[in-house]
This record gives sequence, C-alpha cells and structure tokens, in this order.
Amino acid sequence: MITRRDFLKKTVTIAGVAVPLAAFEIIDPEKLFAQVAAEKTKVRWVFLVDTYKCVGCGFCVKACKNENEVPYDANVTRTWVERYVLTKDGRLFADTPKGARDGFATTRIDLGLGKYQDIKKDNIEKAYFVPKLCNQCENPPCVQVCPVGATYQAPDGVVLVDRTWCIGCGYCIMACPYGVRFFHPVHHTAEKCNFCYHRITKGMKTACVEACAFGARKIGNIKDPNDPVTKIIRTERVGVLKSEFGTKPQAFYIGLDEEVR
Amino acid sequence: MKNHVLRPLFAVIGIIVLVLAARIFYVPKDFGVHERGYMYGWYRKANIEDWKKVQVKYQGAEYCKDCHDKNYGAIKKSPHQNIQCENCHGPAGTAEGIVHFDSDKLPKLTVDKSRQQCLRCHYPLPYPSSGRSKIKGIDPDKHNPDIECSMCHNPHHPNLEGMR
Amino acid sequence: MVHGEIWTIKELFVTPNEYIYWSVQIVMYPFMTGLVAGAFVLSSLYHVFGIKELKDIARFALVFSFALLFVAPMPIMLHLQFPFRGINVMMTSHFTSAIAAFGIVFFTYGAIVASELWFLYRKHFVVKANALRDVQDKTMLQWMEYLMYTGLTLGAFDISEQALHRDEKAIKVLAGIGIPVACFLHGYAGFIFGSVKANALWMTPLMPVIFIMSAIVSGIALCMITYIVVMEYRKFMIKRARKRWETSLEEVKGAELHVVTMTAKYLVFFLIFAISLELLDLIFRGYTAVKSWDMLRTIIYERDFYDIFIMQYGIGNLIPLILFLSPGLTIRRAVLGVLLVLFGVFMMRWNVVIGGQAFSLTFAGFMHYHLPIIPHDWETFKEGLGGALSIFLMPFVLFYFIAKVFPVFSAKESH
Repeated sequence: MITRRDFLKKTVTIAGVAVPLAAFEIIDPEKLFAQVAAEKTKVRWVFLVDTYKCVGCGFCVKACKNENEVPYDANVTRTWVERYVLTKDGRLFADTPKGARDGFATTRIDLGLGKYQDIKKDNIEKAYFVPKLCNQCENPPCVQVCPVGATYQAPDGVVLVDRTWCIGCGYCIMACPYGVRFFHPVHHTAEKCNFCYHRITKGMKTACVEACAFGARKIGNIKDPNDPVTKIIRTERVGVLKSEFGTKPQAFYIGLDEEVR
Repeated sequence: MKNHVLRPLFAVIGIIVLVLAARIFYVPKDFGVHERGYMYGWYRKANIEDWKKVQVKYQGAEYCKDCHDKNYGAIKKSPHQNIQCENCHGPAGTAEGIVHFDSDKLPKLTVDKSRQQCLRCHYPLPYPSSGRSKIKGIDPDKHNPDIECSMCHNPHHPNLEGMR
Repeated sequence: MVHGEIWTIKELFVTPNEYIYWSVQIVMYPFMTGLVAGAFVLSSLYHVFGIKELKDIARFALVFSFALLFVAPMPIMLHLQFPFRGINVMMTSHFTSAIAAFGIVFFTYGAIVASELWFLYRKHFVVKANALRDVQDKTMLQWMEYLMYTGLTLGAFDISEQALHRDEKAIKVLAGIGIPVACFLHGYAGFIFGSVKANALWMTPLMPVIFIMSAIVSGIALCMITYIVVMEYRKFMIKRARKRWETSLEEVKGAELHVVTMTAKYLVFFLIFAISLELLDLIFRGYTAVKSWDMLRTIIYERDFYDIFIMQYGIGNLIPLILFLSPGLTIRRAVLGVLLVLFGVFMMRWNVVIGGQAFSLTFAGFMHYHLPIIPHDWETFKEGLGGALSIFLMPFVLFYFIAKVFPVFSAKESH
C-alpha cells in the first residue's frame, strides 16, 4: 500500500531528477506535437508567376536588390529573370545576364566566357521570359540539411535564414534544386528570397510584385479562398518547377514550358 | 583492487556532461522545435521578429500621390500607369529607416534617366508568346543614339502627343 | 566579391547564384576523414582478426589514425564562413542534416581511438610516471612530464599481468566496435554528398559505400608509405650513429618487406572493390539514362575525361594495380604504388566534389573551377593550394608530436 507520504516523496524525487534532465533536452516530444497546431494558422504565402505577361524588363530584380540590401553590383540576387529562346532548328538558348538586373536590351544571348549568340527573328520558334525566386517549398530540402537550425520554415510557409546562427557551410546552397541560395556578400551567411518578409507581414506586397508593371508577379495567401491568387491557382492550369524532387514548391507558374529549367 | 577498464568511459561521460551543460548557457532560450516540427521548424523564434524589422524601402505610388499629385495624375492616365514612381525615381526609403517624407533628413532621390532604363521595355524583342513583343520598341543604335529619351519623350506622358 | 566568384568561370546557361561553393577544402575533408577511417581499419585488422603479419603496422596505424583525427575537422573549419560558430553543430544539432551527425560520430570515433590508445599505452604511461616520480630534484620539464604521464594514466597504476590482460581484451573489443564506427564516420561523409537530391552526380545510394572503400584504400596506403619512410629513416639514422660512435644497437630494421607485401594485399583487395562499385555506378547511370544523363555524360566522358579516366582510374588505380600485382614486389615499387593510390583517391574526391559542381542546375551550362594557387587574401589562401597543402601536411606534424607521447617503435613496454 502506498501511503500519501510515500507518494509525495517519490513524486518529488522523480521531479527532482526530471528537472535537470529536462535541461538537457534536445528534442522535447511535447513540442513536436506543436506542429499539429500549425495547421490552424491562417496564412500560407504562395507566389504566382505569369510567364506570358513577363517582358523581361528586370525592374523586379532591381527593386529586390535595393529592398533587401543585396549589394547592387554583386553577381548574386534573390530573384532573377531567365530568357529562353528556342530556334526553328530545335536548339535552346537561354541566359540571364546579371540576373536580368538591367533587363534584356539585346537580341544576343549571353553564352558566358565573353561569347554571344545573335538569333535572327526568322529563326525564333518560341521565346519567353521566366522570373525565378524562392519557391518557399512545403518540404524545403535546404532546411532539412541545415546542420544547426539556422534556416527554417516560418509558420506562414516562408523559409528564413537566421543570420546570427548560420555557420556558412553552404550545405543549403547545395541542397536547393532551384539555385536560389547564395552567400550574402556583406553578411557572409546564407541568403535567399523570403518574399520580402518585412513587407508581407505588414500587409504590403513584395518589392518585386510592386515593381512589376505587367502583373507577371503576384503574391497571395493560399489559405484564403477569396484571395485572387488562390482563385487562379485553384481554377486555372498552373505548373511548378522541378516537382520531381518532391519539394512541393509554392511558386506557381502560368505558361510553364518543358524547356524551363 | 578496482577495475580500471571503465576509466576511459568515465572520461567520455564527463565530456558529454560538459557539452550538455554548455548548451544550457550557449543556446538561446527560444531555440527549439516550433510549428513545422523538428525537420523544418528547429530554430530561434526571435529571428522571425528580426526579419520583420527590416526597413521598407519601396513605399509605392500612393506614398508619392499627395505631394506629387500632378505627375501622379498624369502617369495614371497614360500607358505607363502601372509603372511605379520608384522604378525610375529610386526607393523613397533607406536601409536606415529614413523616408523621403521626413523633410529634414530628406534623402535626395536619384532619377534614372538613362536610355538603358527605357530600353528595358522598349528594346524590341520579337518573342512570340511573351508580352514583350507587343511593346513598341526602337533600335537604340539608330534612334537618336546620343541623347536621353526624356529630351523628347515625357515618361509621364509617353504618348507621342506628349512629346516635348 | 561574392564567395566563389573568384575561382568559378561560368559557361552557357548558369543561373546567377550558382558558383563552386564547395571548393578544395571540401575535397580535402572526405580525403582526410578517409585516411582516418582507413588507418583505423588497418590497425583493427590485427587487433580484431589477429592477422599477425600486420602487427608491426597496426600500432603505428592506430597512432597515425589518432593524429589524423585532429586534422579531419580542419578542412571544414577552413571552409566555413564562420568557423567560430562551428560549435553550433554540437549545440543545436539538426539531425535531419548529414553534417549534424559529424559532431556525434566524430566524437564517438575519437573516444574509441583515444580509449584504445590508452589501453595500448597504459603500461607505458605507468612505467614513465613511476620512473619520473622517483627522480630526485626534478627539473621543470620533468615535473611537467611527470604530471602529464600521471594524468594520462587516469589514476590506473595497476600493471599486474591480470590488469594488462584486461587491457588487451578491452583493446580487442574497442577495435571491434571501432570498425563499424570508422566505416560509419566515412560512410556518412559519403552520405553528405549522396543525399543531395539537387545534385545529379552526387545522388546515389552507392556513394557512402564507395566512400568507405576508397577511404580504406587511402588509409592503408598512407600507413604503408609512412611506415616505410619512418622505418627507413630510422635505419638510416642508426647506421649513421653507429658509424660515428661505433655503438652496437641490436635491431636495425628497415621496412620489412613481408609487412609491406601483406598490407599491399589488403590494399589491392579494397581497391578492386572500390573500383567495381564506381564502375557499377557509372554503368547504371548510363544504362538507366534518366533526364540528367545527357549532362552527366558530357561531364564524365568529355569535360572531366582527363581527370576521371586518366588521372583517377589510369594513374591512380590501374598503374598501382599493375605495380602491386606483378610478381616480386619490392619496397620501392610499393612506395610508387601507394603514392599513386593516394593520388588516385584524392582525384576521386576531387572528381566527386568539383565534378558535381561542374554543371549548372539548368543542365544547360557549365562551371569551371580554378584552384587559387597564389593567394592574395585569406580566402584565396585557405580555399586554395596553400590551405590544401597545409591540411595535407598537418597529420605528419601532429604525428611527430603525438609519437613523442605514444612511442610507436619501442615495442617493449606495451603489447
């Protein structure tokens, strides 16, 4: 028979042992259940790109670099625009000089190593521009591989980088199938598009969406059924990039082509 | 006589305890498993607030409207209506949080009047299925190559009737 | 300048943020951990399986493995943008990342090697400590030595037959546990690459196994070369001393041919296994020919052909195999063979790490890596030829000091 006194004694002892053990916890199982609560969040940011509307002016890239303090002349960028030109003889040419920060004011394709290829109008079968940015994947491989928990997915789906905790190993850069990550030239930590987190959380649009005069870029909340972006994604034909990696990207594209990499 | 075989094990346990103890002091209190679980939600919670604190630079056309109502009104009636003021005039805010409206510390906006700026859209690219092919363009090498576009064209009234 | 820009040259369609972010230090990293694991496996072959022919090299290999152990994390430290934050890997480990396992596996492995060494040298420590204790009027240096050896005994001064027998048993157990841990240490280095799904060249479940095999090959090769060099050097020094003072030291042994021959057999065995796996991987990729194959074929058979087929397979694998397998192995031929094997394994790491970044995610562009040779700042030094060479020389420097505490060749006081 357990007396009340014994019971109390034991409880105190167990609690006494448990408290310092709790201090050593690495993963608290109770916190793991917190993810269930995440289902209740009302916001999940998604992006919608209409490649038919994009004219390759590059205002989005310019705005992004200024807005997010990525040095203007550094050859890295959180968002960029790619140009694809398919010729009648079945060849693909694509480029993105300086990430299209200055737009595309030439018909010549940048082949790297200082070489260019001019493509005559008659030889063009199809040609278009594709803006790129972080897909804020539902299963972000970059987050999975971070050894220290310096990059993570915020409750609203945006993948952020903790500049005070990043060790700069570059594993996330390697793990991203979309090439959106790089080392920030000033902070030297991993850097990526975060849908202008400081803007969207204030009810503003991202700098690139704001700068786009053609409506090629849109941001929305997929959990809001009345959001125009949600409506388009739900009712129209949209595609995502590199779905074969199982990352569940959340940047949707209208007019996506097989040739888009 | 005591068994000495376990001595190295004790040394190892000692080191483990030291590392675990160091964690208590080193790791911020809000670092842990959050909404997306251990795989995607293992982070320092306060960092979300850090990101929210970043200064907004591009304020949007509505910000310019009240003072620059003339140009605002003009461009809104033109084919350039969707182009943000700041695309050419530069962002109205700075990284330090100073905005154009704070008259005493007014940062001077630098207008980009370069030909390059206009050619972003008005260099003709015959790309089918891209909106670019529908925009009127000029050949920059032949169309008055030495002068700025705004010498003749008013970007707020881009129609040819609005020529200066 | 953006990190990586200085040594990356882009060609055709490469997206703006793509650079060769993992440069020569990440080549050095699996190369060095490979040497650690290989050296340990070699020593365990004697301790666990009782392969007597390896006795001479086993003790040596273990001490060398210990020296290498300290070098293994150094390439990462030189690679990290924030080396001092490296401790975060231990503090907030995110185990879904292959790199996070490093702290745990590395520590476990280090503990095993250190413990095994302790059992192996405990008698030596006790004898030393006791001898120093009895010295009257110790000098400062002797005091330090005395304290160090006393500390190293961990207070276990019992060197009776019984106690030493227990040491031996412990060594055997530790060596036994150590083999899988060593393989794991290196296998996970392979996993770091093999699990990157974004990289078409890296992603294969064979990667960890290939890494382990080539690791053992390189570890054995390094032990052989160091063994031969050290033994020959000792012989040379003793001979010179003899000439001068007419001393009569009894055993003046150079490198023993039978030790070298025996070790070479194991080297050849693991080498063949490693090559088979690599070829299997290559054949499989070619046969299944998924979307990425067009690009990989261009990289493997065209752009990196010289590095892969001439440098790695030809000079690094085929020639050593011929050298070892043709009858009548001599020490000199073995030296040449193992040097080429080491080079071959290095090239394999190179072709994986650099080769995996030689093409763009678009599969329509290439990146060329130019190893910075003459450094003009800290970054081009540490991620250039200078940094790589420093890392390569480090284990030998460390070995020199560690061998002072753990005498490798005076085999009398220990097992």
